[in-house]
Amino acid sequence: MIGKSLRIVFLAALFIYFALPLIMTVIFSLSRGQAGFGPDAYVALLSRGDLLAPLWMSAQLALATVACILLVMVPAVIAVHLFAPRLRMLLELAAILPFVIPGIALVAGLSVLISGPGWLIGSPFFLTLPYFFLALPYAYRAIDIAISNLDLAQLRLAAASLGAGVGRTILWVVMPNLWPALVNAALMTFTVVLGEFTVANILLFQTFPVSINLVGKSEPAEAAALTIVSFLLTWIALLIVLLVGRNSRKTFDPVQSGASS
Amino acid sequence: MTMAFESINYTYPGSGTGVHDLSMTVGPGELVALIGASGSGKTTALKLLAGFTRPQAGLIRIGDRDVTEVTAEERRLGVVFQNYALFPHLCAWENVAFPLRVRGVPHPIRRAQAIQMLERVGMGARVGSMPHMLSGGQQQRVALARALVFDPKGLLLDEPLSALDAALRVEMRDEILRVQRQSGIATLLVTHDQEEALSVADRVAVMREGRIVQIGTPRVLYDTPVDAYVAGFVGQSNLWPGIVEREGLVGTSVGPIACVTGTRTRGDAVIVFVRPEWIEPLARSPRAEVAGEIAGETLSDRFLGPVRRIDLAVGTGMVRLETHLRTPVSAVRIPPERVRLLPPLE
Repeated sequence: MIGKSLRIVFLAALFIYFALPLIMTVIFSLSRGQAGFGPDAYVALLSRGDLLAPLWMSAQLALATVACILLVMVPAVIAVHLFAPRLRMLLELAAILPFVIPGIALVAGLSVLISGPGWLIGSPFFLTLPYFFLALPYAYRAIDIAISNLDLAQLRLAAASLGAGVGRTILWVVMPNLWPALVNAALMTFTVVLGEFTVANILLFQTFPVSINLVGKSEPAEAAALTIVSFLLTWIALLIVLLVGRNSRKTFDPVQSGASS
Repeated sequence: MTMAFESINYTYPGSGTGVHDLSMTVGPGELVALIGASGSGKTTALKLLAGFTRPQAGLIRIGDRDVTEVTAEERRLGVVFQNYALFPHLCAWENVAFPLRVRGVPHPIRRAQAIQMLERVGMGARVGSMPHMLSGGQQQRVALARALVFDPKGLLLDEPLSALDAALRVEMRDEILRVQRQSGIATLLVTHDQEEALSVADRVAVMREGRIVQIGTPRVLYDTPVDAYVAGFVGQSNLWPGIVEREGLVGTSVGPIACVTGTRTRGDAVIVFVRPEWIEPLARSPRAEVAGEIAGETLSDRFLGPVRRIDLAVGTGMVRLETHLRTPVSAVRIPPERVRLLPPLE
């Protein structure tokens, strides 16, 4: 009985902790001060022209980071699982680092280490580098779990005995099984980049979260509305992840479903 | 086609285990079983033959060709794995068609061939089912069909039945044997289950510490094992360490045993070997003057269906017999002509 009560109190506290700031932000975004409530801030958002460019910039950065993550991490995790399982610990460690290294330290380190090429240093796409590391834990975890569930080493042997080389094994066996995990990793990366503020602000690039911050200084209600909109966008992205994950487990059995084979 | 090991050596890095001076041939259409305890090297031998591992010395031949340096992809051997290793994203017929797809067989032809092969293994009704929808036995049938559909030069079975329950194991054992006989393909079966090996194999090789201790027909292995390890591994055995007392008589922990001592002389150490079913229950008291007639106290009496397995405590040792009799047994006769003498353990 006490355990049940404690559980309810704990869940209520959690709900308040997560939901209260959101509810207050929604109320604030709809507030007209003494004139009551209305969607003015949201309407004002639609008429603003200065937010589209930062949003487009963040979207481009997110796509570039997703491309880097998929191009680097997928081959790396597959290679480690197939040929050097002992190096997995190293990848695990690398994936934890973004959690323990503060954003400012990451930026300082990268600025010292990376001094070229010139077109990258002055460009907002320099952000792709720190974003790669920030998204690494989520992307790595998604890909690693999917590969671990596959028993890749055994499937590689099976494919080899059936005549498939490494290339065909990766293309015909590994990739189709990894597809939901890749979508998952890509969307997680996308959401991380779309919401990242610290690094972009330090490096003085005008990304979407930096713009929200700027808007907040002059138009707090619009900033709150923008926060809610971006929050909803993130939730939609996560919902897509969930749906993709669920659909990947659904399979079609023509015999059981009555279709001819 | 023949598959052969010639003086193969392979030692796992950092350990002394592997296979040592392994030589063995699997003839066309023959089914050879490799049995042995865990770590005896039987799975390593299969991996070497499949091309998953390269030997450090020796030759591997398939037919007349030396394939020692040939990759697994090019060896054209069908392999059935212990946990089936079906591709989870492909349905049954797509799994079976995979090796045909690799070889560039057009879609309609490979589909037809895959379905035909699935029908051969009794899976014609589940060609469109995904692996996770199939039972263990059904998955194993699909794996068998996939290993045979591309007309391989040999078939390698790595503990194919160990993940199945007892009843299904017997059914699948017969099924594998039927398909293997039908295909007439050289087959190497790796198993730790001696009963499985004895019941399906043309020849059985017993491995110990990376070496083949004995290879022969199941009958030869069962009746005339070369040492106590083989005798103990293949079937139930009575193994009594003993000393030759005189020609035709060996002293053991269960008393003097009459047997053919051959070239052994007085004082030679031996191990006396008798199968439990070779021992005859006595309805009368044993005669003290006859070696091999023994009385004992019943330690256990287990009903196994067709037979009873009885353990009798005799002296400081134990006699195990199997009998169809339903009456109590407290005395036995060990027929001298059934007793074999094996070398003592090193």
